[in-house]
Amino acid sequence: MSAQAEQELLRLDGIGVRLGGREILRDVSFTVRPGEFTGLIGPNGAGKTTLLKVILGLQAPTSGRVLLNGRPRQRRGGRLIGYVPQKLAIDPDMPLRARDVVALGIDGHRLGFPLPSAARRERVTEALRATGAEAYADARVGELSGGEQQRVMIAHAVISRPRLLLLDEPLANLDLRSEQGIVAVLARLAREQQIAVVISAHDMNPLMRETDTVVYVAAGRVAAGRTDDVIRTEVLTRLYGSQVEVLHVNGRVLVVAGEEPGEVREPIEAGVATEAAG
Amino acid sequence: MGGILHYIVEPGLLSSGPVRTAVLVGTVVAVTSGVVGVLTVIRGQSFAGHSLADVATTGGAGAFLAGISQFWGFLIAGIAGAAIMELIGVQRRRGRDVATGVVLGAALGAAALFLYLGTLSSSTTGASFTILFGSMFVISPDTVPALIASGLLALAVVAVLSRVLLLTALNPDLAAARGVRVRAVGIAYLVALAVAVSLSAVVIGAVLSTALLIGPAATALRVARTPVRAMTAAALIGTAATWVGIVLAYDSYYWPPQGRGWSVSFFVVALVVIGYLLTYIRLPGRRRAGRDAARARENEEAPACSPA
Repeated sequence: MSAQAEQELLRLDGIGVRLGGREILRDVSFTVRPGEFTGLIGPNGAGKTTLLKVILGLQAPTSGRVLLNGRPRQRRGGRLIGYVPQKLAIDPDMPLRARDVVALGIDGHRLGFPLPSAARRERVTEALRATGAEAYADARVGELSGGEQQRVMIAHAVISRPRLLLLDEPLANLDLRSEQGIVAVLARLAREQQIAVVISAHDMNPLMRETDTVVYVAAGRVAAGRTDDVIRTEVLTRLYGSQVEVLHVNGRVLVVAGEEPGEVREPIEAGVATEAAG
Repeated sequence: MGGILHYIVEPGLLSSGPVRTAVLVGTVVAVTSGVVGVLTVIRGQSFAGHSLADVATTGGAGAFLAGISQFWGFLIAGIAGAAIMELIGVQRRRGRDVATGVVLGAALGAAALFLYLGTLSSSTTGASFTILFGSMFVISPDTVPALIASGLLALAVVAVLSRVLLLTALNPDLAAARGVRVRAVGIAYLVALAVAVSLSAVVIGAVLSTALLIGPAATALRVARTPVRAMTAAALIGTAATWVGIVLAYDSYYWPPQGRGWSVSFFVVALVVIGYLLTYIRLPGRRRAGRDAARARENEEAPACSPA
């Protein structure tokens, strides 16, 4: 194995996905290195969730291959990847405390039931502490706020010490302060535990300060690379296949549809549009 | 002391054979239904449980026509119903209610026919009443070992799959990403559910069996914070309702109107419902406390920032 391949934790090579005759992803290639913070950015419906499911092995690609640690990924499972799915709708009646959810991260996929032990409890508390969620360790997870639930789910995902952490829209429907808190937790995990973090979002702004690389998804294709190299008018115009413009407004990035005769400028990222208007 | 007890418990309660069978089977069934019921409520499959009960009615009626024990009729029909629901797509969120509803309608239609034919061929109407509304006091001692074994089997399935079922209930994609075979687990669970429903149908009747499955579980989930505590509480609530129901039914032979006794199923279901309603008297304060705490933590976290 070459030194370069060893440096790559994840490599996607020409991934294509076709579902029911519709092309969802086409020729997607990018790499992720250990400890790297990657933003998977794109408008809703661009194929971000499908791409994450391909990496997880939940969606078989029609073409291309996924390499984990330089080897073709096994079907599913394994300890290399931690995952926080989108739209967690946890019922308030769900009889699970935050610490029970995190404990399921250790061995929730196994049969039988575990015996409680001091070491196990300490390990769970440690994970909750790492994500700043220990204050509500004994609260029912369904009664927690959206941001608190995300912290618990991140603790659940990292307790088995994965090398790669995938999060699907974890900042959706969070207030500004919770957003910042979650991003800070993820940046710290990437730095201190050398976990590669891939986080999908329709608005790149909350992530801008932390992302090393960006994988921008639009119309089923991606542009990947260092953030400054990707978030550029020429690159995104080529990706969208129509004129778009990258604007910097008060330290925030806006991607808007470019001016063509008789067309009104419309922001492509809805979340950004409301921020800019307000 | 003995005098007071006399007024609560009529003499001869525990020396009666049918009563002893009722207590034994009733306890096993209440524990099984409580434990399986908690997972049914968590997985949002209460409607599937109810439909399996309706399907079981058909099996019970068919078994009566064929002259075999109703339990086997309940069980075979229940498992067949679970298999059909799974085939139609009970695991998919949107297909679930439709699949369940279609199976339910077909089964009840057949049940109507079987019960009608049964009434024609037999001079008594008691059998159809027992199938629909049950009676713990007419359980044949021959079937007791099979009932207990089935209950233990359902409990074993739930025990082995408990963590996987919880992870799947938390989020199916998450479970699948961890290598859980979500569909296979769902099928195994539906079989355990069919067994629990069949047992419950023997004790309080096919139509009422959901009450023993969902009632204690729903009550337990309002008070218990962990899965083990919820299952324990549900088992205890179901058992208490069953025992008190038996005592009241036995006593009711001396009650109006005619000294013929009231239906034991009525007492069990009434007690379960009363227990559930009681949780609404105590809990609103505590729930609000939990939400307030979450809000307070949030404000603490974001003192300077007011989200738009």
